[in-house]
Amino acid sequence: MLAIALLVFPAGAGLVAAATPWRRWVGWLCTASLVTVLVLAVVLSTQVVRTGPIGAFGSVLRVDALSAFMAIVIGAVGALATCQSVRYLDNEIRIGRCSVRHASLYAVLVQGFISAMLLAVLAGNVGVMWVAIEATTIITTFLVGHRQTRGSLEASWKYVIICSVGIAVAFLGTVLVYLAEQHVGHGHATLTWTSLLTVSHHLNPGVMRIAFALLVLGYGTKVGLAPMHSWLPDAHGQAPAPVSALMSGVLLSVAFYALLRFKSIADGALGVAFPRGLLLAAGLLTLIVATSLLIKQRDYKRMLAYSSMEHMGLLALGAAAGTPLAIAAVLLHILGHGLAKGVLFLTSGELLHVEGTSDIDQIRALLVRRPALGGLFAFGLAALLGLPPFSLFVSELNMIRAETRVGLGWVAVFSLVCMAVIFAALLTHGRRMLLGAREAHEPVQATPAIVTVPLVGALIACAALGVLAWPLGALLHAAARVVV
Amino acid sequence: MSSSPFASLLEIAAGLVIVCAVVTLWRRSLSAIVKTLAVQGVALGAVALILGLHQHDGVLVGVACLIIAAKGAVIPTLLARVLARDPRSRESTPLVNVPASLVGAGALTVLAYSATRPVVALVATTAGQLIPLGLATMLIGFFSMIVRRKAISQIVGLLLVDNGIALVAFLATAGVPLLVELGASLDVLLVVVVLRVLAAQLWSRFGVFDLDQLRELRD
Repeated sequence: MLAIALLVFPAGAGLVAAATPWRRWVGWLCTASLVTVLVLAVVLSTQVVRTGPIGAFGSVLRVDALSAFMAIVIGAVGALATCQSVRYLDNEIRIGRCSVRHASLYAVLVQGFISAMLLAVLAGNVGVMWVAIEATTIITTFLVGHRQTRGSLEASWKYVIICSVGIAVAFLGTVLVYLAEQHVGHGHATLTWTSLLTVSHHLNPGVMRIAFALLVLGYGTKVGLAPMHSWLPDAHGQAPAPVSALMSGVLLSVAFYALLRFKSIADGALGVAFPRGLLLAAGLLTLIVATSLLIKQRDYKRMLAYSSMEHMGLLALGAAAGTPLAIAAVLLHILGHGLAKGVLFLTSGELLHVEGTSDIDQIRALLVRRPALGGLFAFGLAALLGLPPFSLFVSELNMIRAETRVGLGWVAVFSLVCMAVIFAALLTHGRRMLLGAREAHEPVQATPAIVTVPLVGALIACAALGVLAWPLGALLHAAARVVV
Repeated sequence: MSSSPFASLLEIAAGLVIVCAVVTLWRRSLSAIVKTLAVQGVALGAVALILGLHQHDGVLVGVACLIIAAKGAVIPTLLARVLARDPRSRESTPLVNVPASLVGAGALTVLAYSATRPVVALVATTAGQLIPLGLATMLIGFFSMIVRRKAISQIVGLLLVDNGIALVAFLATAGVPLLVELGASLDVLLVVVVLRVLAAQLWSRFGVFDLDQLRELRD
């Protein structure tokens, strides 16, 4: 029941938004639906940890600890983003860039986008998950192009073309997995996660090797793993800030979730070496690309997008290590990154609105000119860079520990070097935007509470997760056990 | 090669799919390319139809009719409408010229045969032997997306990729579960609609039809 409710609330709010013209209360209703998702996901996860997986509609929906954890991530970042969407639409309507009808469309699409992501993580069937992830591509295309500028249309074109190819490749991988399962079951196959995991040791290794490579390439496109990453900085840079927050903070991780599940099946069929090798290659290449492009970045939204690639690369390396410790750290990192990146993208959206530019060089002295906004940006960066007490510190440390323990010390060293370079690069960019003196005629400007209160809350949550392990410890452990 | 009518019909239909893929590389007139794509859609539907009739699988026959309707009629019509607005509907400057593209297609077919060996070994049926043709169609689709510069050509490339994958799916497993199959088909239709809307916006607002004109976002 709870699993169905998780889907019904955001989809229902989407229907209301479709039926009524845009008003602020519609936006608050959408936010309320996401807060409900968060609460339900927490309740569901305690239940799942205590009593084991829950199914609904036959095998179409199935909630285990991993699904419940991902639903928590979606609920948390979704609540932040929908709340800031109200502000975004208010601003766009006020300056006449967006009609009421267009605002309605935006709200409907965001709710559809979130519902599709929830369906993807709650699906018990590999095919249904594929359909849900592909649906996110179609829905978000219009969200990326919502501002209707030349740049945003270019970004949506690239996005839909590259991601459609990626997801088509993932479909071919899924077909081959189905073929392998049919062969084991003598013509009978269901494509459910549970049945695949049960027979994984008997799946034909030759076919599974091709299948897993295609799945990594295909879902890797949606994760933003190199070499299929080129849509990511454009789409995340051009989309409205709340959409960027959702895409960067959650959508990438939802695609990564698919890879985690398939990796456990491939581990069974092929042994750990082959899946590990592929994930290592993709992760290292992604880290190199992200590092080299972050150094000279001039646009702060694109800077955040490349930083997402960095973190996806780190997740791939953590998943390659593949021990329970590594997977638990990967999952904590997904949540921490979602919160920190959500805060940063939403702050940057407000910044773009008040300053009118996304150029790093044209913004200075934020901390004295706009103390609240500058402070949010500074603490968000600190969280993203993995400074204590934020949870990314703990998760990065544990991923590196796990990598060292399985004999991947060189990978740990390499990722530390990349992280150090990125640390220096982001610090330089951040310092240019944040520091400096206020000129005499410039007033100190306040930031509305609708922006500051939720974002400060998210940063506090991110720090609390880093300091206190207890709220999540049992869930992370159970979720990691699902795929190890 | 097998001599039963079922096998030869299947071979003809699957062969037609890849021949159409090669023809799209050879032709430069975009309207001719869209027509070729329609033929390919019908051929793909025919593969599903032949398999469905042979295995007495009513669901597969239904899926085949759906595919013929969507890929043989609806999608080509949508694309033809976009073309009607573009005065210069020729692929004038592909990055790789036509003879070289055809050689490339040949090389990709060889690659497809060597890459699918484990899969072909697992599926010891007439249909299984034809799986490389699907993969080759998909690779030709990739190739055409990379070397062609018109917005429409990229959509055509994407559809080639999709048709190739669908061909592999039918030949290898006689179609994945119906729910997934429907999702996948609906999906392609939606992607084409989305791309058509985007292409129309790019044209009407900014006069853009060549992707080379999209150079605003880069590092």
